[in-house]
Amino acid sequence: MRGVISVAGYVPYRRLDRSEIAAFFGLGGGTGTRAVASYDEDTTTMGQAAADLALRSTAVEPAALWFATSAPAYLEKTNAAAIHAALRFDPAVSALDFGGAVRSGIGALHAALAGSGRTLVVAADARDGLPAGADEASAGDGAAALLVSDNSEGPVLAEYLGGASRTLEVTERWRIPGGARSRTWEERFGAHVLGPAAAEAWQAALDASGMDDAASIDRLAVTGLNSRAVATALKAIGAKADSLVDPLINAVGNTATAHPALLLCSALEHAVPGETIAVVALADGVEAIVLRATEAIADHRPAAPIASQIAQGGSLSYGRFLAWRNMVTVEPPNRPAPARPSSSAASRRSDWKYGFTGSRDRSSEMVHLPPARVSQKGGAADDMDPAPMAHISGAVASFTVDRLAYSPSPPTVFAVVDFDGGGRVPLELTDVDADEVHVGMRVVPTFRRLYTADDIHNYFWKARPLRDGVSGGEPPGDSL
Amino acid sequence: MSSHGITDRVAVIGMGCTPFAEHWDASLDDLIIDAAHAAYRSAGMAQDDIDAFWFGTSQSAASGLGMAGPLKIQGKPVTRVENYCATGSEALRQACYAVASGAYDTAMALGAEKVKDGGYQGLNAFPIPTDGTQRTLTAAAMFSLMLPAYADRYGVDRDELRYVAARIASKNHHNGARNPLAQFRREMSAERICEMPAVAGMLSVFDCAGVADGAAAAIVCRAEDAHHWCADPLYVKGLSVVTGTGAGSLDPDYDYTTMPECAQAAADAYAQAGVTEPRSQLALAEVHDCFTPTELVLMEDLGFSERGTAWSDVLEGVFDLDGELPVNTDGGLKSFGHPVGASGLRMLYEVWLQLRGEAPDDRCIPETDRTLGLTHNLGGYPGEIVSFVGVFGTKKER
Repeated sequence: MRGVISVAGYVPYRRLDRSEIAAFFGLGGGTGTRAVASYDEDTTTMGQAAADLALRSTAVEPAALWFATSAPAYLEKTNAAAIHAALRFDPAVSALDFGGAVRSGIGALHAALAGSGRTLVVAADARDGLPAGADEASAGDGAAALLVSDNSEGPVLAEYLGGASRTLEVTERWRIPGGARSRTWEERFGAHVLGPAAAEAWQAALDASGMDDAASIDRLAVTGLNSRAVATALKAIGAKADSLVDPLINAVGNTATAHPALLLCSALEHAVPGETIAVVALADGVEAIVLRATEAIADHRPAAPIASQIAQGGSLSYGRFLAWRNMVTVEPPNRPAPARPSSSAASRRSDWKYGFTGSRDRSSEMVHLPPARVSQKGGAADDMDPAPMAHISGAVASFTVDRLAYSPSPPTVFAVVDFDGGGRVPLELTDVDADEVHVGMRVVPTFRRLYTADDIHNYFWKARPLRDGVSGGEPPGDSL
Repeated sequence: MSSHGITDRVAVIGMGCTPFAEHWDASLDDLIIDAAHAAYRSAGMAQDDIDAFWFGTSQSAASGLGMAGPLKIQGKPVTRVENYCATGSEALRQACYAVASGAYDTAMALGAEKVKDGGYQGLNAFPIPTDGTQRTLTAAAMFSLMLPAYADRYGVDRDELRYVAARIASKNHHNGARNPLAQFRREMSAERICEMPAVAGMLSVFDCAGVADGAAAAIVCRAEDAHHWCADPLYVKGLSVVTGTGAGSLDPDYDYTTMPECAQAAADAYAQAGVTEPRSQLALAEVHDCFTPTELVLMEDLGFSERGTAWSDVLEGVFDLDGELPVNTDGGLKSFGHPVGASGLRMLYEVWLQLRGEAPDDRCIPETDRTLGLTHNLGGYPGEIVSFVGVFGTKKER
């Protein structure tokens, strides 16, 4: 049996109320909210967050990491390598990007399910569109991660039963590298070509998975960026109304490359043993996959259920949203922008910079952040063990709000964080409003992009408030 | 610490100090020349009478060439020193030790900084290539951590402590208003400072040191030779530097209500100088008030106030110009301004003036039989400090 061993979605903390768009421009927008990646998040950090959550509920270690996004932080350089480093994977684990196309998210997942080995599939997207346009409002940012493997490695939560593909060369939605917006052909044309392809792929997937018809499917997610094509596909499939998975458009928005995986994650969080689940994704054709929840799903305890993450969102003004997305340029503090990080220094300190691993002195037990060779207590030299901190909670010992420092989104909120079990480090806080910070506030580390200089993204860790239901919980040992 | 000191072996025999200001029309070279020549005149010496030079600058020059060039110092050793904002005091320390060692008869310590050519407000560190994980907080924000920490530890109401900090700034503005060399010469009430918008934690810009260009210089010689050059020299009683390990950013036991390096440097310098009761033995103290919370905490670290009582001593005027122990009688970093490499020597310049009766009438410390003055100069941030403490006196006792 092969299938999904573990799964998690990541919905960034900030929400834009779509009605704010019309209030500002007099047009556009809509109802509900969309999830917004923070100014210090990108597809790499969101992918890392989802992957980290997925790995918290399994002891199985992946042999490969496949990362798919239509908004890669880098071209040429492998973005999966940063996720790999921040997850503290062994160098022998291969990390690959499935780049560029929205289809690559469902494509990587389908390939992993149909393939072999232990593969962590991570899909993330950060969706832009011009102000007041349909893409800006209907889109959302987010990520999902699924560990796919045979059941010899660990209990499979959802068995892969079969799938099918239909590929179309069709210029229906497109964007050139560096473009700030996507363009689309008339929506009806997309529905015209994708609808029949969906019907074909659906039937082929049912055949491949041994299903009789749509009525055999308990939970169905049909997704794509052309909503008319999705509606056409649903009609063609003839799905049961009560089998449809909440498309998460109202609260999160369409996360494009990440969305099929995010919806599968959401479906699995609600599934009971024996239920069948199908995902149909429309993009340059169709990918359709069918799975069945196993007995193991009953014991599946997501570290941070998607519903909890949605419930915990914090609001973001439209003005700040536009600034974060570089749609308006806001006057920065009159301070020099930070220098680019040194590649050689970063490489030497990858365990700290990406892995957030300090050192613990064997004699005094003192935790040193960043890792040190000589102990602050007792002075022992070169006698320390690694102290991984990424999953350790802490408390704010002191904090300040810096309105002078350079920041991509001032003011900077900074806290001295004391970690449970030892270790202190001053860290920037994120996903937080300055007036909610207090001494003793519980926080957890989070992997973020501090700034970009000379086109080098400076990734490191910040701390964010520990919120109910999205803590991530305690790690299953130190397996990560 | 085995620190033997050089008590009464070295004397300060001449000093010079430029105005501290936004010197848009003066270069670093101009400031160096003005301070050095003022010191020569003060000591009645020619440049050729000086055997060796120590040049303190944090970011304005990279070597001794930056001083030897403008002054045309021929065939002499000129060494640049740097130790964050304690740079000026480090230049002095090197010059004093060089003379005390017998290597030279006379030496000059000169500190200079040109900070206003950078195009940004505030001080900006020269970027050293790193892995990108270092925090990018401003110094104001780092020192702002001390006020809430102090309030919590000693049960002081935060609004009241905010007023205490403002009163420190107000006192230093009062003193600076009486200093023709100071950058800011306007008095500011504590009430008005409290109304200013916060820029970092509880701190407003009026809780921060002035950012200025400037230079200051001191000439030292062997104590036994001092009267050859100067009728009323200052004798070096104690010099200490303690450099932290950055423990405060590492050790959860650190609580941001003290700077241990400063207390250690003070203990060392006091031991050398024979000071046991600094509050009653010192005639004045020039301390590193880079931000108002720094001066508050220093009153305790330097032993002027018992732990947890500096805030009430401030309110009672203990450290006012006419108080029990006047502190920062020249306006301090707050009002005199802070050209990084020059500040430590500027502090000594005020001690030089006050102990020898040369301070202007309107900022003279009260008549006293105390003969000692203290300078305290620090660099870094709470939890990771390099601290200098110097004690100087008018009486040679050994």
